[in-house]
Amino acid sequence: MDKAGNDSRRAQPLPIRLSHWLNIPLLLIMAGSGLQIFTAYPALGPRGAQYAWYPLQEVAPPQWARFGGWLAGARHWHFAIAWFLVLNGIIYLGYFFTSGEWRRRLFLPKRDGAGAVRMFAWYVRVAKNPPPPDFYNGLQRLAYTSVIVFAIVEVLSGLAIYKPVQLWWIAALFGGYDGARVVHLTMLLAIAGFVATHLVLVALHPRTIVGMITGGARG
Amino acid sequence: MARIIARRKLLIGLGAATLLAGCEKSRAASSFLRAMGEWNQNVESAIFSPSRLAPDLPPSATTPESEFPSYFISDDLPFAPDGWALKVGGLVARPMVLSLEDLKKMPRVDMRLRHHCVEGWSAVAAWHGVRVSEIAKMAAVDRRARYVEFRSFDSGYWSSWDLESAMHPQTIVAYGMNGHPLEPGQGAPLRLYTAVKLGYKMVKYLTEVNFLPTPSGGYWENQGYEWFAGV
Repeated sequence: MDKAGNDSRRAQPLPIRLSHWLNIPLLLIMAGSGLQIFTAYPALGPRGAQYAWYPLQEVAPPQWARFGGWLAGARHWHFAIAWFLVLNGIIYLGYFFTSGEWRRRLFLPKRDGAGAVRMFAWYVRVAKNPPPPDFYNGLQRLAYTSVIVFAIVEVLSGLAIYKPVQLWWIAALFGGYDGARVVHLTMLLAIAGFVATHLVLVALHPRTIVGMITGGARG
Repeated sequence: MARIIARRKLLIGLGAATLLAGCEKSRAASSFLRAMGEWNQNVESAIFSPSRLAPDLPPSATTPESEFPSYFISDDLPFAPDGWALKVGGLVARPMVLSLEDLKKMPRVDMRLRHHCVEGWSAVAAWHGVRVSEIAKMAAVDRRARYVEFRSFDSGYWSSWDLESAMHPQTIVAYGMNGHPLEPGQGAPLRLYTAVKLGYKMVKYLTEVNFLPTPSGGYWENQGYEWFAGV
């Protein structure tokens, strides 16, 4: 519903489509350059006190996943493209909240909690029927809302690593510089996990791709 | 129809941007990165506060010295030449040559800080020595000086800094680490140490401090690493 009460919006309005497709090159460059940077010290925890719980200490990310050629090159890409990714995110969220799109997209526990559980139960073949169809089901809303949170935490932990002294209050949120590195890598894995799941589900429901390109039907 | 064409243009644009990303040496990509690098340098110096202090850490946070990396660019561990002394020059009213004894007579600063390497690791050590701002005061630095260059006897390794970061109270020339004199692996007899820059800016095996009107690059900076490199 828009403000006049007409339900004539497209399923995927133009700002959301633009922002969505821009994310692909931006996220690929950020992830690849981030992994190239990580390759210079592919460990978690400070020197002499590496975290015992991390099983992949000193294991470099695979070559195919890296971008930027070398440490300095990857840093230049990472700190250049970060601005555009953040800008894309700010414009998206600005539209998301001012247009009212948040009402049909944001996960609201009261409204969507039970539906999310039921959808999950259907996916794992515990429930016989999916919840009644809606614009998005509760599980979708949970996934799309989570990835927004992951992205925000990814940006904050990145700022903490970039300027642990000048932006010490951000670093403090993550328990300092080495804590921020843990969170930054964890959020990369979380976003990658979201993208992998997203691609599988889009492959199962290919009509959604058309919607994300053309905007889909009105109303 | 117009919408479809616009959309196609957009997709071609995105494709081109992706191709560009794959071809690192393309001129467009490198001038884009250079422009963004300059922008980032302005942002970095804007968020640098000359008075914000990094926390002084407790002794329990200290990294075992055997685990504290010791980088140098020479083929072999550099040792100080006979008659070593620190030259202070450039835009100063009183150029000086300071021996280690001269430096030890100056006000001593002790600090235990987290070190941030460009590679991503951190480590903690205590350092003691003399503030660069103290040396600047003694040498009576000219107002035209905006940058400080630090040179070494490690195959000519050097780095230049913005004056504000060099004058930060946690920027020192250190002659000691963890309570003992500096060892050759850590830059003996004298190295630069700071809370506010990445490790490669902290020149070890110091020989010269020059106050300059323009920056003079640096060993890693001239190979493509960021010049400001604040933390």
